[in-house]
Amino acid sequence: MLKINDINVYYGNIHALKGVSLEINQGEIVTLIGANGAGKSTLLKTISGLLKPKNGEILFENEQVAGKVAQSIVKRGISQVPEGRRVFSNMSVEENLELGAYLRKDKKGIKEDFEKVYQLFPRLEERRKQQSGTLSGGEQQMLAMGRALMARPRLLLLDEPSMGLAPLLVKTIFRIIEEINQTGTTILLVEQNANMALSIADRAYVIETGKIVAAGTAAELSQSDQIRAAYLGGH
Amino acid sequence: MEIVQQLVNGISLGSIYALIALGYTMVYGIVKLINFAHGDVFMVGAFIGFYSITVLDIGFFPALLISMVACAIFGVLIERIAYKPLRNATRIAALITAIGVSLFIEYGTIYIRGAQPEAYPSGLVPLKSIELFGVKISGQSILILGTSLVLMVLLQFIVHKTKIGKAMRAVSHDMDAARLMGINVNNTISATFAIGSALAGAAGVIFGMYYTKIEPLMGIIPGLKAFVAAVLGGIGIIPGAMTGGIVLGVIEALVSAAGYSLWRDGVAFVVLILILIFRPAGLFGKNVREKV
Repeated sequence: MLKINDINVYYGNIHALKGVSLEINQGEIVTLIGANGAGKSTLLKTISGLLKPKNGEILFENEQVAGKVAQSIVKRGISQVPEGRRVFSNMSVEENLELGAYLRKDKKGIKEDFEKVYQLFPRLEERRKQQSGTLSGGEQQMLAMGRALMARPRLLLLDEPSMGLAPLLVKTIFRIIEEINQTGTTILLVEQNANMALSIADRAYVIETGKIVAAGTAAELSQSDQIRAAYLGGH
Repeated sequence: MEIVQQLVNGISLGSIYALIALGYTMVYGIVKLINFAHGDVFMVGAFIGFYSITVLDIGFFPALLISMVACAIFGVLIERIAYKPLRNATRIAALITAIGVSLFIEYGTIYIRGAQPEAYPSGLVPLKSIELFGVKISGQSILILGTSLVLMVLLQFIVHKTKIGKAMRAVSHDMDAARLMGINVNNTISATFAIGSALAGAAGVIFGMYYTKIEPLMGIIPGLKAFVAAVLGGIGIIPGAMTGGIVLGVIEALVSAAGYSLWRDGVAFVVLILILIFRPAGLFGKNVREKV
């Protein structure tokens, strides 16, 4: 579904992604784990079109999308839940969700998706009219996810959905990610919480200072001594 | 009753400031730029209205409309030519450019048509004064207030209910997050300049009607005062600009009424200094903290 071949991304003089390649198949949950500053968010921003790779290709359903503007990426069916949620805190929950469906014109479909999102996150329905800045961190995470789903994406990019959330809430969020995947949405999950990420993923990549250093099925990686030592607390 | 009369004058004048201030505040809200050329768009609006009325021989409302459309296009051109290439430059570079654009428009206008003032034709709209509780309110005041009010309500509607308005609020809050929604940020910024400039154009025509004299440097003082109004209300906040404009107009009228009309222009800047010292976020501003 998504195939990234040898992309290089720079921030000015800083070489942030060094020849990164990865592949996501239809229906999978793929996770990308790595420490702070390894380049995880950079990769997601590049896929979403917020950053342009200097070279290399990003193929989405066999079409080159590298360097395309964000708008056309969303239109093709890739949505992102950005790191730190980035909800529009000056607007209501409902307006945030409406903006998620910004490029869509099918009123009926949008209405159905409102129902779906509210079903997935009942808390959001209760707080429909509330300013999203007044929501708790967990609720904002739910809103950011709901907002991305409103675009009816085929590939959902999630950037550290567990960040700053209480352990119980992290569990809920991960359960919902699995639910979203089961309804047919392919998922690329970026996480520092490698334990949780590997527990729901089919396959995983490990990124270190801009390079992919390990790849495999989630089961393989959670068995690997090296990965356990570096990312899983190493017991 | 004299005081009520002055209050009415102040509100009329203030609603002109408010119309200009809205453009300042909307543009600041979205690109964090104080568009110092905004007062000159107001001047251009006044002239377009004037020529529409005198050359095309049309009434006040059609002239207002023509001026608004022309200023909207003009505003978008300014943004695309002067500011867009500096989107990722330092803010001071954009600010200096804005001052340059302002001077360019002022002296460009003088170059094209000369510096002599024009007199707005009077009696465009059959205006009757009305008496309310012994206070005589001029038809002009009513027209100014009514027009401003309609435009402000329309703006509120656009910003809160339409798709482009929601996109504007999204972009002003978080440009990258807006991009991730598929919002075309460039078009949204252009739309903001178009709407803000249209309001300035309308203010220009109304101002011309009210003060009858227009000239190429007329945008400077109202432009600065509208900037004060925007800061007073809280820059970037739309209801703040409306309130700030009206409050400033009323303060000026009261200062005049107290017999200090020579101090009128100075008072606006005293207000600016006071607000910057005591409440820099403005009347409606608050410090919002992000949840992590």
